[in-house]
This record gives sequence, structure tokens and C-alpha cells, in this order.
Amino acid sequence: MSAPEAQLTVALVGNPNTGKSTLFNALTGLRQRVGNYPGVTVARKSGLCDCGDGTKVELVDLPGLYSLSAASPDEQVVIDALGGHLAGDRRPDAVVVVVDATNLLRNLFLASQLSELDLPVVLVLNQADVAAEQGLRIDGELLSRRLGGVPVVLTSAWKGEGIAAVRRALAEALRRRVRMPAVDWPALVAEALADIAAAVQADTGRAPTRADVERLLFDSTTSVGQRLGWAAPGRDAAVRAARDKVRRAGYNPLAAEPLIHYERLRRLLDGVVQGGGDRSAGSAAVDRVLLHRVLGPVVFAAIMLGMFASVFWLAKFPMQALAAGADWLKAVIAPSLDAMPMLQSLVTDGLIGGVGAFLSFLPQILILFLFVSILEDSGYMARAAFIMDRLFSWCGLNGKSFVPMLSGFACAIPGLLSTRTIEDPKARLATAFAVPFMSCSARFPIYALMCAAFIGPLYGPGWESVVMVGMHCVGLLFAVPTAFVLTRLVLKVKPQPFVLELPRYQMPKPRDVLWRMWQNAAEFVSKAGTVIFAITIVVWALSYFPRDVSVAERIKAANPAAAEEVVKAKVQAAYVEQSYMGRFGKAVQPLFDPCGFDWKITVGVLASFPAREVIVSTLGVTYSVGEGAKADSAHLQQAMRDAKWSEGPRAGTPIFSLAAVLALMVFFALCSQCGPTVATLAQETGGWKWAAISFVYMTALAWIVAAVVYQVVIRLA
Amino acid sequence: MTPLSQLLPGQYGKLLSLDPERAVDQRLMALGLLPGMALKLVRKAPLGDPIAVEFAGQVVSLRLTEAQNILIDVAADCPIQRPRPQA
Repeated sequence: MSAPEAQLTVALVGNPNTGKSTLFNALTGLRQRVGNYPGVTVARKSGLCDCGDGTKVELVDLPGLYSLSAASPDEQVVIDALGGHLAGDRRPDAVVVVVDATNLLRNLFLASQLSELDLPVVLVLNQADVAAEQGLRIDGELLSRRLGGVPVVLTSAWKGEGIAAVRRALAEALRRRVRMPAVDWPALVAEALADIAAAVQADTGRAPTRADVERLLFDSTTSVGQRLGWAAPGRDAAVRAARDKVRRAGYNPLAAEPLIHYERLRRLLDGVVQGGGDRSAGSAAVDRVLLHRVLGPVVFAAIMLGMFASVFWLAKFPMQALAAGADWLKAVIAPSLDAMPMLQSLVTDGLIGGVGAFLSFLPQILILFLFVSILEDSGYMARAAFIMDRLFSWCGLNGKSFVPMLSGFACAIPGLLSTRTIEDPKARLATAFAVPFMSCSARFPIYALMCAAFIGPLYGPGWESVVMVGMHCVGLLFAVPTAFVLTRLVLKVKPQPFVLELPRYQMPKPRDVLWRMWQNAAEFVSKAGTVIFAITIVVWALSYFPRDVSVAERIKAANPAAAEEVVKAKVQAAYVEQSYMGRFGKAVQPLFDPCGFDWKITVGVLASFPAREVIVSTLGVTYSVGEGAKADSAHLQQAMRDAKWSEGPRAGTPIFSLAAVLALMVFFALCSQCGPTVATLAQETGGWKWAAISFVYMTALAWIVAAVVYQVVIRLA
Repeated sequence: MTPLSQLLPGQYGKLLSLDPERAVDQRLMALGLLPGMALKLVRKAPLGDPIAVEFAGQVVSLRLTEAQNILIDVAADCPIQRPRPQA
């Protein structure tokens, strides 16, 4: 994870929306590695950056942030990374601070705080071209002089201008090790800081850094005390006394830091920035349309519809091509393994099936992230959240929950990956928890089969549509209260204020968009992909073994006159029945009896845990119509209509009564039957805890609701 | 003296005070919203909440519940005025 000892590490820091990632991509030339910081779901992006003279440094792109007072895990990571407090990461040797040249005052607040870290700094004034268009004239040399000689570079990362100058400045900063001058605190504040430093030294025996002392004095919720091992009673008294001093200086202790920094920055920028008219005129004009009371939601709906249609429909073509490719590969390989049926099944159903299982998600992931990247980079995502926030805020989510939940109706996997756009960790987790409830396209085949076989013939096509729409709402109906309970009662995380910058509109840079699509896809394949592959192999083995040849011989002997196809289907059904999966299904059938499921449905339900769409082909096998069965297969529909309970109190009555049909559909609407979703949930929540909770919760909920539906409907019908 | 949450779209003025104890206000101070700073309520979201506030050369979205402790002195020359709500 960390660079070799000899190599220098440089951190890239800045406010969100400063073009920091574009600069990072330009400096590293996409030679990047993406990992995770240990214990948190914050991505660690790093890459090699050439300093122009052949020396290479490891450049680490830290999450964007506005202030060093940690409010979120992302911000805490930046503070810990800059202080060298992260396991496996060295303290950086220098910091490149990226600021938006069009709004220096606001952006330099973070830089001013960073001056207390005692690290060599390069200050990059990015988007200098936009600043010039706005009529702003910036004197970089004067700013550099006032900052004690720290290199100041004007760039336009979007246009690729000034990148070489940044490399040179970085080499210079590492050589000369120039720091920004520390803040000149008012006397009483300086005294308060010194008091805290002395108290820490006295209580723990270690001298704290200037930055640590400032966090202890100015932040009401800092974790620095824990890290230093500075315990509560002594700490609280010392901090209280120091804050009283700040009060005597005329400052509210919790407001002192921004007040003093901004005062400093006003003096610092006096004469550095000149000119400039209405800076936000262009974006304001666009907002008058895009955030208009009536037009805004219309445009929003159109964009989201376009996005959803693309993920839902457009992805089908590459997915079909992938499926066709897998079939072709199976057909090519299978004959050469005819002599070894076990190996043949392992390769065609296990290996190819397993790889296909996660590859088939790539088209949807790539298409969704094409949209998400464009929406974010253009500045529209913040507007979308602004428009939708009211609908989500009451249940603890926020406006940014919309895109993940919408894409969940196509597929939960890209939806889960897109929860990364939500900054608030509580809302992010709750959204990730809600996404798998959305009725994804893999649930469609079972609804279609049940509607075509039972609802349509019995009640007419009108009811078929009603049931279809109803099933798509069931998940939402349970997801919203779940999110409410989760955010209000379960998660003890401090709620984050929903303060969201509506940044200037910008043209997304194709390279950044493509790179982000690729990174998300690659991370999914390397992390969740391996888990998905493993699950597929395990389930294959469970439904293949044990495979006693005598089963096939017995069936063949019992049906001497039957056609080869019919015998083959019967053999397949018999094999599944006596496989571990089949035996297990029969054994646990009593558990599913309250939902009205017989052993065949139970086996189908169990076999569908890795991927719920498998239910149709599994029913095809257990009902002896062959594994190629589709939802519109008349054979399968007839076989299911004919199925009757063979024993027990319901003997002779149809298995697929209205009650059982509805219960089965509701079960599939709510159950966590998707290995890839569980694996992705683990990837995105930083461990198996929430993935396990989601799995157990959804599965238990599905069972309860299906049982209630069955028991109520069977009594009414 | 009007809470930011009660400003009308287009109304502008100066920040009188906020509550440094609250996380929202701490975030806003980091963004440069300090007493005396000029600000303007640009618009409300189509559903009335959140609101978009412009200050220090940026536009920031805020929920109404988060804006109620932020007190504004509406500028006397602001063309959009309304009678103070009866207590």
C-alpha cells in the first residue's frame, strides 16, 4: 500500500469542485492505483507523478473537503493522512493544495488551515482560464511572496495548461521545503493554544503538534484527544479553561478559527485579486431554467428517464452479446469434454457461468457511471439533489439518494456503486440498504411467468398489469420505512448537515469520465467479482453432487418408449431432486410451508439465492420440461397449472393457488436473492457486517410477508 | 431581523448571527459565512425546501430546518420586503 521508503509521497488536497481530480489525472497520466483506507469506505487513489526532472513521487489524491474540522469520515481521512496517522501510510513529504482561482477567498481557508501542518506546500490556482474570462486578474507572484515564497502556479487542468509548471514547482518545493507562514493568532488565543499544548505534554508526556492543539481548542467534536490518549476529566477542564481565554479575546471559541483565518486571508489577498464582474452570471442563467419551479422537475425527469432507459434497455444489447458469447464458448468446449460429464458441467455451468455472472453486470455499471460522471462533473448532480431532497429528507436520506435508488430498478449493482456520490455516511449506508429492495430487472422473469401462467388466464390481462405494477411497488413500500427506522433509530452516527455547494456548470472532460467508468468497473470485477465467482461454483456443486449414475439408468429403464428429450428432462429432474440442494430443499420445505411453497418451489427458491432469475430455469428442471425453460414457455406454464399437492391436508388441490402465486411473487420482490448484491454491499460498506444484516433482514422480511399474504389470501379466496 | 428560513426568493441582506454550536453553522462559517457577510436567497427548490443561498461568490443549498437559527438583517434597499410576521 505505501510507497518504497526511498520514494517521496505528496498529498493532493483541495475543496470539492476545484478540478482536483482532473489535475490528478493530468499529473499521473492515469498510472494510478485505487485501494481503500483501512476500516473506512474511503477510496485511496494514488499514482506516480513525474516532477519534470525524472524523479517520481507518489501522488495521493485525498478526498475533497472544505475544512480541517472533521465532520465526515472523508474529512477525517484527510486529516489523518496529512498528520501521518494512518496505518500503512507515511506522512506526506509535501502537499499540493488545489484552489479554485475564481473564488480564492473561500478556497484559501483550507490552505490557511493547512499552513499549521508544517509541510512544504505548492499552491495551484486551477481554473485560471475561467477566472480570466470573468475578468479576474490574479497576481500569483505577489501571493507567493506573501505566503513566504511558497510556489504558486496558475493552471487550467481542463485544458492541460500549467501542468509542467506544477511538476517543476513540486520539485522545487521538495528541494527547498518552503512552508507557508503560520497564523499570527491574537495574543490570548495563542496563549490558549500554548496552555493546551502544555496540558497535553503534562498529562501524556508527549508534545502534540500545532495542528492537533488547534483541533482540540477549536472543534467541539474532535477525535484528536482519543488519538493522543488524552483522557476526559483532565482534558475537559484544560479545554474549558483555554476556551474561556479565547472568549476573553472577544471570540466565540467555536467561531474563532474561521473568523481569524478569513481576517488573515482578506489582508493576504488585498491587491492579489483585481477586477471581476458578476462571477456566477452564466450558471445563474442556466439555473433559472434547470431549477425553475416547473421546468426544473420536467428537465430532471427527462434526464433521469434517459439515464434509466439507457441502463435498462441499452445495456441489454451488450449483455445479450455476452450471453451469446458464453453459449458459444460452452458449445465449443462441451463436446471435447463429453467423456467427463462432471468436468463438462463444472466448466460449462460452473466456470463459464461464474465468470458470466459478474461480467454481465459490466454494461450496466459502465452505462450508469457514464451518466453519473457526466452529471457530477457538469455540476448537475448537486442540482438534482437540490430538486429531490425534500422527498427524501424526512426518512433520513437526502437528494443524492435518488440516482442510486432509481438505477436499482434496473439493477442493484450499479445503484450500490453510485451511492459513493453521497457524502453523508449515514445517508449513504441507508441508501445502500434501500437499493436492493428496488424491483430490479432480474425479478421480472418470475413476475412474468406467474402473471402469464395464472393471473392472466384466471383474471384477464387487466389484472396482470395491476399485479405487475404492484410488485414493482412492494419493494419501495418496505424500503422507505426501513430507511426511516435505520437512520432514526439504529444508526448512531451523527447526522450530517445537508450543506451542498451548487458549483459552476462545467463541460465534463471525456478523459475523466471514461477513466471513472473504467475504475468503477475494474474495482467491481476485482473485488465483488471474485466473490460472485466463488458463490456460483459452490451453488453449482451443491446442485450437481452427489450424482449417482444409477438414477439415470433407473429413469431410462422405467420409460423405455419415451422420446429422448423427455427422458433427458426427467433424468435432469431426478438428479436435482437427489442432489444436496434437492435434499436440503425437501428437508427445509416445512419451513416454507406457511408461504405455500412445495419442495420444488423451495428448491427453486434456494437455488435462486445467488441470482434470482435462476428460478425460472430451476422450475423448468424440477417440472421436467428442461433447463432451457423461459417465462413464456407454454410447457412450463401448463406443468405448473397441473401441479397438485400429493399429500397432507391440501392433497389434490393445486399447488399454485392464487395465494401461493402472490406469496411467491412477494417473496421474490423482497428476498435478498442476489450474491453479487451482497458482495457489492460488502465492498461498498467496508466489510461483511452490513451485507450480512441486509441479507438476513431482507430474507426474513420476505418470508414473513409471503406467509402473511398466503395465509390471508387462502382464507379469503 | 429575519431567520434565513423565512427569507423570500430574491431577498438579500447581511448576516447578523448564527449558532456556532451547530454543525451546519460550523460548515457555513468554513465556507466564509461570517457575521456582516452579504447574502441572498437565490431560490427555493420546487418543493419549497431546501433553499439556495448565495454568499462569498458561491451558491450553497441548505435545508429550511438548518437555516432557522441563521439571522439576517434584510437590506433596506431590497425591493422585496414583507411585513414582519406577527408574533
